[in-house]
Amino acid sequence: MITITVNSQRHDIDVDPNMPLLWAIRDILGLTGTKFGCGAAQCGACTVHLNGEAVRSCVTKTGRAAGQNIVTIEGLSSGNNHPLQLAWNEMNVPQCGYCQSGQIMSAVVLLRENPNPTDQDIDDAMSGNICRCGTYQRIRAAIHKAAAMQAEGAKS
Amino acid sequence: MKKLIIITGIVLIAGMITLSFRELPATKESSFATLPKDSIGSVKAYMSVYKVLMSARCMNCHPSGNAPLQGDDNHIHTMNVQRGVDGKGVYSMRCNNCHQAENTAGPHMPPGNPKWGLPPAHMRMVFQGRTPRQLALQLLDPKQNGGRTKAQLIDHMANDELVGWAWHPGEGRTLPPMSRLAFATQVRLWIAKGAYAPSAKAK
Repeated sequence: MITITVNSQRHDIDVDPNMPLLWAIRDILGLTGTKFGCGAAQCGACTVHLNGEAVRSCVTKTGRAAGQNIVTIEGLSSGNNHPLQLAWNEMNVPQCGYCQSGQIMSAVVLLRENPNPTDQDIDDAMSGNICRCGTYQRIRAAIHKAAAMQAEGAKS
Repeated sequence: MKKLIIITGIVLIAGMITLSFRELPATKESSFATLPKDSIGSVKAYMSVYKVLMSARCMNCHPSGNAPLQGDDNHIHTMNVQRGVDGKGVYSMRCNNCHQAENTAGPHMPPGNPKWGLPPAHMRMVFQGRTPRQLALQLLDPKQNGGRTKAQLIDHMANDELVGWAWHPGEGRTLPPMSRLAFATQVRLWIAKGAYAPSAKAK
């Protein structure tokens, strides 16, 4: 039995500790916002937060997450109102949308550590997340917009 | 008779030195064996050390730029991975976001180790592009080798867990050109015989 905390909820799950965390999140807990892309940490579609870091859950063993805090796209905000989610909607970022939860989870770490990123900072943070639709320009614009929204929020 | 005693003595001393190299425990080494200064023997040992350090498994994490390298052809790590201040990546691209505490099974899967990362930005310890002489001088200089004494340098090469990963790199990755034990022995011989750097002409 492994205990993991996902989106502030504690779960005791009876799984092989070597099972990818992504399987636990999707197949055991039913949180399907996190996507399977490549299964080899090459695309970023499965990105979730493990103690605040943007891990690739397809190669992270569930045992590594035991007793740790995991946040998925479903737990990022209470009403889908994280500045990045708002900016994503406003800028119509997704095309097919498959990679977007991973993109947002990576962008959250960037804005937490660098509230006012340059284009280069965005490239450095986001180049592990691939978008086959090629929405990179809108992703970049939305991150800048979310940074501005975050700064506005901090002022008010 | 005299000759026989001398030869026996030499064989015994050589045997003891060899044994002392082999029997050193895999723990912190605070001192090292010394032998009579021998620039030729020391450089010969170093040149085999250099071949290991320039192999893909070692050099890929000691790049000349700020991106790690991948593969036996030392290509720049895909995904625009950056060194970062601490050598562990930046933002959502931290090394252990993909690299686990152990190799992930299967070809082309991320290799792993608990200490996975590059040298930090303030102490880059570049191997890529260094000539044998440049790298020897760099390895011996505490200002460029992470503040290591010669004993600590031997300890790092012989016992460090991340260095040891090179000999257990996971499926599809070539090994350095000699065993870890042989490598550690050559490092000790290089230092024991005087830690000489090869001439600038050495290749």
